[in-house]
Amino acid sequence: MPSSILASGSGAEAGLALERRASSAGRRSSLLRAFPRSVRGTIGAAILLAMLAAAAGAGWLAPHDPAQASLRHRLEGPSRTFPLGTDWIGRCLLSRLLYGIRLTFLVGVVTVAIGGAVGVLLGLLAGYFGGLLETLIMRAADLLLAFPYFLLTIVLVAVLGANLTNAILAIAVWTMPHYVRLVRAVVLSVKAREFVDGARALGRPELGILRRHVLPNCLAPIIVQSSTFCAQNMLMAASLSFLGLGAQPPSPELGAMLGTGRAYLRAAPHVVAVPALGILLGVLGVNCLGDALRDALDPRSGARS
Amino acid sequence: MGIGIYVLKRLAGMGILLLGITFIVFGMMYLAPGDVTMMLVPNIPSTEQSEILRKEFGLDQPLVVRYARFLSGLAHGQLGTSWIDRRPVLPQVLDALGYTLRLASLALAGSLLVGFLAGIAAAVRYRSVVDEAVMSACLLGISLPVFVTGLLLIYVFAYRFGWFPTSGAGSWRHLALPAVTLGSFLVAYNARMMRAAMLEVLGQEYIRTARAKGLGELVVLGRHALRNALVPMVTVVGLQVGLLLGGSVITETIFAYPGIGQLVVSAISARDTPVVQGAVLVTSAGFILVNLIVDLSYAFIDPRIRLGS
Repeated sequence: MPSSILASGSGAEAGLALERRASSAGRRSSLLRAFPRSVRGTIGAAILLAMLAAAAGAGWLAPHDPAQASLRHRLEGPSRTFPLGTDWIGRCLLSRLLYGIRLTFLVGVVTVAIGGAVGVLLGLLAGYFGGLLETLIMRAADLLLAFPYFLLTIVLVAVLGANLTNAILAIAVWTMPHYVRLVRAVVLSVKAREFVDGARALGRPELGILRRHVLPNCLAPIIVQSSTFCAQNMLMAASLSFLGLGAQPPSPELGAMLGTGRAYLRAAPHVVAVPALGILLGVLGVNCLGDALRDALDPRSGARS
Repeated sequence: MGIGIYVLKRLAGMGILLLGITFIVFGMMYLAPGDVTMMLVPNIPSTEQSEILRKEFGLDQPLVVRYARFLSGLAHGQLGTSWIDRRPVLPQVLDALGYTLRLASLALAGSLLVGFLAGIAAAVRYRSVVDEAVMSACLLGISLPVFVTGLLLIYVFAYRFGWFPTSGAGSWRHLALPAVTLGSFLVAYNARMMRAAMLEVLGQEYIRTARAKGLGELVVLGRHALRNALVPMVTVVGLQVGLLLGGSVITETIFAYPGIGQLVVSAISARDTPVVQGAVLVTSAGFILVNLIVDLSYAFIDPRIRLGS
């Protein structure tokens, strides 16, 4: 998605500029300052914390088992037993929402962790060692990026089989090349710095230099990009499930709940509204975090005036 | 580097990329588990029926032979025939692509207009209530999934007010809700980008010079700032083509709009491999081609940019 394209485009510069900044001011202090700077930041932080609490505490907070159907209470509005009403087979929407938020966060974090880890590793290798290895890795990344957004993921899931694990895998594959490009670009500029030459002159092993000196200097843009990708991977997973290509119906995945629930849009709109709000707020929280991180770590957006 | 050589090099690279894409898609569909013929017959097919179908589709041949056949068909401008209705794939794909292009261009135009205006307003009134409002709306916009927007619009404008049909294609009334859905997906990005580009330009020396000369604010903004801020936006528009194609998959599914996205999704669930391959190939080709055009136009608009360096 565009924000990620932006992140990968400006991320490299952001990282370099950050380093310059980190030497004078402290990185930590600017991070802390970023959050409560605006009303938007405060609201964002509140939403994110509330969503994380809902995800973490789903087991305690949920009044019912999210899979428990009670056919006598189908499509009911909010009541004392079912605070957000029930769905088409009488499952508690609040309970399903809480577990759904947990699932959505989980998918976002796991896809970024897998795709990011592999992508960062390949990007480091390509940027640092260059040569044939770099050509191979970068061409492969180009190839994956040549598929229009979402199409690669859809086809991958279609081939692997439609379930949540495969959706996570497919989204991770889609995520990976973006990290490869970003990290390689940053490595290329870090590699040319004196401290790398210095470490090499001291006879440090190449992999040690990569780990001790190059990787830490790539972290800022990686962190910024990860928050963006976490948010959009949450959206992508929900979209796949909505199309029936991700988590399958009994699962309280928010996209799947919407995909099946849309049949009741006219008769019982709350069945659609509850999971829709869940996705919106969850992704919004992560996006707020991303904005705050970018403000703190990317001087181009931080010190604009 | 001459522009002709550059274009030739890029076109060659594009050919290689497309070849890679065919290989990946072909390989993936080959590796897909399960017996394809099971999906293509209403009842469970007998062994003989399966055999006949496999022969007809050439599935009894090794992968290399099938891939070579596919490529030679491609060289003759053919994408094979559908396994479901036995119709040639290419006309189906082009037909669907026409629908998608109509929807996507409308959505893109609308999102550019609204996004640019909002972005400019936010940049000009930097750190004001307007800026804060636009940026908050953008944050909300990029967090809103396409299917939620779509369902919301259906509920309000189709069910509640009854102004627009919920699904189908044919008239402008069918296009309205899908176009707004798809367009709203991009407005936030356009506004953010435009704001950033505008802020960058407004900080330049020549803007101060223009103001010092005593030019009116509208002239400064319109003639000096906006024109320079639009240069990076060309790239943004190019990148959005990929997004539009992706977003249209969901939009078209919600509104049962017969575009390429719906074609892919329905072909996938029917395991109609030739249609999936054809649709993916054609959309990817379009995506790569647009990016090439964007790179070229970039150099055209801004003479400071040299191609191929």
